[in-house]
Amino acid sequence: MIESPGKSNGNSTRERLVVVGNGMAGVACVEQILKHSPKFDITIFGDETHVNYNRIMLSSVLAGEKSADEIVLNSLEWYQKNDIHLRLGVRVTDVDSVRKTVTGDDGSVTPFDKLLLATGSSPLIPCMDWIKKEGVYVFRSLDDTRSLLERARPGTRAVVIGGGLLGLEAARGLQVQGCDVTVVHLMDRLMERQLDVTGGGYLKAKMECMGVKVLVSKSTTEILGNGKAEGVAFKEGPSIHADFVVIAAGIRPNTELGRKAGLQVNRGIAVNDFMETSNPDIFAVGECVEHKGTCYGLVAPLFEQGKVLAATITGNKGPVYEGTVQAAKLKIMGVDVFSAGDFNEKAPGTDAVRYEDPALGIYKKLTLRDGKLAGVILVGDTSDSHRYMDWLRSQTDLTSMRRQLLFPLPVADGGFDTAQMPDHETICGCLGVTKGAIIHAIHEKGVNTLAQLKECTRASTGCGSCTELCQQLLKAVAPEFQEETKKTLCKCVPFAEDNLREILRSQKLRSVQEVLDIYGNGQGCEVCKPALSYMIDMIWCGDHDEDRSARFVNDRVHANIQNDGTFSVVPRIRGGVTSAAELRRIADAAEKYNVRMVKITGSQRIDLLGVQKSDLPKIWADLGMPSGQAYTKGVRMVKTCVGTDFCRFGVQDSTSAGIELERRLENLYTPHKVKMGAVGCPRNCAEATVKDIGIVGQEGSWQVVVGGAAGKSVRKADLLVTVVSTEEALNAAELFFQYYRENANYLERTYGFVERLGIEKVRKETVYAPETVRQGLLERLHKSKALAQDAWLERDAPRHPTQFVQIEPIERIPT
Amino acid sequence: MSETHRWIRTARCEDIPLREARSVRMADRDIAIFNLGDRFLAIDNRCPHKGGPLSDGIVSGTTVVCPLHAAKVNLETGNVLNTSGAPQCVAAFPTRVEGGVVLLELPIQPLAEEKMPGVCVEKTVQIPGTIQPTL
Repeated sequence: MIESPGKSNGNSTRERLVVVGNGMAGVACVEQILKHSPKFDITIFGDETHVNYNRIMLSSVLAGEKSADEIVLNSLEWYQKNDIHLRLGVRVTDVDSVRKTVTGDDGSVTPFDKLLLATGSSPLIPCMDWIKKEGVYVFRSLDDTRSLLERARPGTRAVVIGGGLLGLEAARGLQVQGCDVTVVHLMDRLMERQLDVTGGGYLKAKMECMGVKVLVSKSTTEILGNGKAEGVAFKEGPSIHADFVVIAAGIRPNTELGRKAGLQVNRGIAVNDFMETSNPDIFAVGECVEHKGTCYGLVAPLFEQGKVLAATITGNKGPVYEGTVQAAKLKIMGVDVFSAGDFNEKAPGTDAVRYEDPALGIYKKLTLRDGKLAGVILVGDTSDSHRYMDWLRSQTDLTSMRRQLLFPLPVADGGFDTAQMPDHETICGCLGVTKGAIIHAIHEKGVNTLAQLKECTRASTGCGSCTELCQQLLKAVAPEFQEETKKTLCKCVPFAEDNLREILRSQKLRSVQEVLDIYGNGQGCEVCKPALSYMIDMIWCGDHDEDRSARFVNDRVHANIQNDGTFSVVPRIRGGVTSAAELRRIADAAEKYNVRMVKITGSQRIDLLGVQKSDLPKIWADLGMPSGQAYTKGVRMVKTCVGTDFCRFGVQDSTSAGIELERRLENLYTPHKVKMGAVGCPRNCAEATVKDIGIVGQEGSWQVVVGGAAGKSVRKADLLVTVVSTEEALNAAELFFQYYRENANYLERTYGFVERLGIEKVRKETVYAPETVRQGLLERLHKSKALAQDAWLERDAPRHPTQFVQIEPIERIPT
Repeated sequence: MSETHRWIRTARCEDIPLREARSVRMADRDIAIFNLGDRFLAIDNRCPHKGGPLSDGIVSGTTVVCPLHAAKVNLETGNVLNTSGAPQCVAAFPTRVEGGVVLLELPIQPLAEEKMPGVCVEKTVQIPGTIQPTL
């Protein structure tokens, strides 16, 4: 059938442009075309079922740094707003260049006046038999990423074939997911197209330091296993075991449609400097093309090509594409690698300038030809990459700057100074946005925020490595700049908390001082030390050596310091249910230690105020009750009503459920205090709907609610889920509890957390998450719980002999 | 050795964990002794702001943060760094380590009669911002 024209096509004079490929190249080119002219009636075919997303950010999705939603580049609304017919999930299988139609795998036939091929590339599979086995993956699309995320369970062994950019990023992502990862690479060094032998060695050391194993000079001969991947065999020696295998051995341009259309095809679809193919009505852009013998696999060239193509196709032929200086940046946090140009120092007339610091893992090499920069390799410190990129592009004569090539003159603020950059210098290498263009946008278009800048210029929507520079420029130039960067933890450790969690995990850091030494100022303060203590405890599930000096005094002695330096003691009374015997012990202890006030708290507990530090172990022993954690950012209590036990209206046994919930979570630390409630009917006597976690009984079911508050802020909790059994309710509470532990910022209460993320996202990532995700949350919770113990047991086994003791001086002042 | 002061053996080094402090009762006042890893420093254990026990604070470099309202006290000079009003300070005492024991140089007269070793006005570094409770 002939595809019917879209709703907007009342204007039949418009030419029909069909775009095959809904990826970054095709859509970026369409964006450019729309800038030139509205003359086309545009249809875009995409064989994936997603709108255009940022493919180079897939590694961040795999590493859990970004969600799939966050890497969307063009929303469905964008397609609608621009009257584009979007045909998702349809693979174009044929092109008839005579009748000027394309055929989809759904049987549709769509006519075109102009055709744009943006078919991209496919993973190179060394042997097609390999991918027939179960447990063998490629890493190219969002769906591939999702499959990998499902497969990557902690402790599973993954082998990544290919030690290039993609392979390393995949390896790193899988390692973050807890896999035991080995990268095997055919060549003698990693990223051999971008790095020399020395640089490759530095990179290998960095990867290994992060816990990724690296095998080089390994030619894979076979993926072992009968129908299912079990290992990888090499020409050079013993095979290795694998639970699954990822092939990232390079890419191959998708040229099949070009061939079917009768175009000249070499390795890619051949295009000239105007991005024209051998057929005047057919154009091609992106990874599927070959320009002057080169096929590009990086993001910057496709944007440059798109601009030229847009001019040509809209009748504004003039701009030419002259090829791109290729620059590659490895996007692995903590492993900075940048490479551009030609690093071969053996070419005639070439000088090499080098700097190495093996202890810090820094390697820099510049190659110079005829006084101009020919290539650059940076490992371990890529902060100067923009300067070198500019020299490469502009071919600046560096003769007079030889002494400052690797050690630039310090600038006033000690950091990279955007004010010193010339206007023509490129800020965003991916999208080719110059400093001048950004300043123009700020002045002429009233851009004040990074989001507006992205919208207006597209800067920093590629690999994102220029985000910081864009921010600096905005800060310096925009009159009403609004900072949107994630808040950093504090100036001692200038990272956002989610980055820090990632760093701790990936770098396997288990002590606060280590984090401060490596990523901070070496000192820390009262803000970051407790926060880091919490993060480390959460990430390693308590399996680490706790540094008490990094914790607030309350957590050093497990009691709440009062305004006179004495402490308050609140024993755990689960669900607010106590006994006569317990009350007697509490009364006796209060008298024995001259407690200044005995107070019934709002949490259905009893507070003994005014206890001396040195009496703490003794009063705990006399009480014979566990710590109520009333002094810490941890599990406080579950407030309950009497439920079906006594109440005429109770429909659920909230008392037992509350006590059980408290038992399951007690002794754990959290980003901020967690107060809970369990009520046996919707009358809500124990106020569960204004608690961090509440379970509300109703006839035949429980509502689990989260994010409530009745303190400085008052907020009614959101409904997480409604379930039938008590066990399911407790389970949902546990899922949310661990999710909050892992994702909230330190000192962020659940009400702020739930509001920040939105309850829909929280639901999707807890109770409605895939089975494996839920299991993971519960496993980590249970591991933490197994290692957590009642803090008051330190009465018998203090952490330090003088933990609670007033030191007696060895010698007295003579009188 | 001066005639008015004397080195007094106070605590064993191992009694004070790294980057923490312990207070020692000397005559009529508590003195907080801090273990900074490479040395020990001693100041009065009473925050000039509201009397908080400085020995229970978190150490940040050569500063301790009072556990009550986050006043920051320099351990070398005794000066309060984030006071909003008049300069404030606590007494800081010279220290040395001998045979695994921390010695403090203390006045022989009752401490209360002794002038504070730190003269606040001259040494205080004024840092903008008021003391904020952290809890």
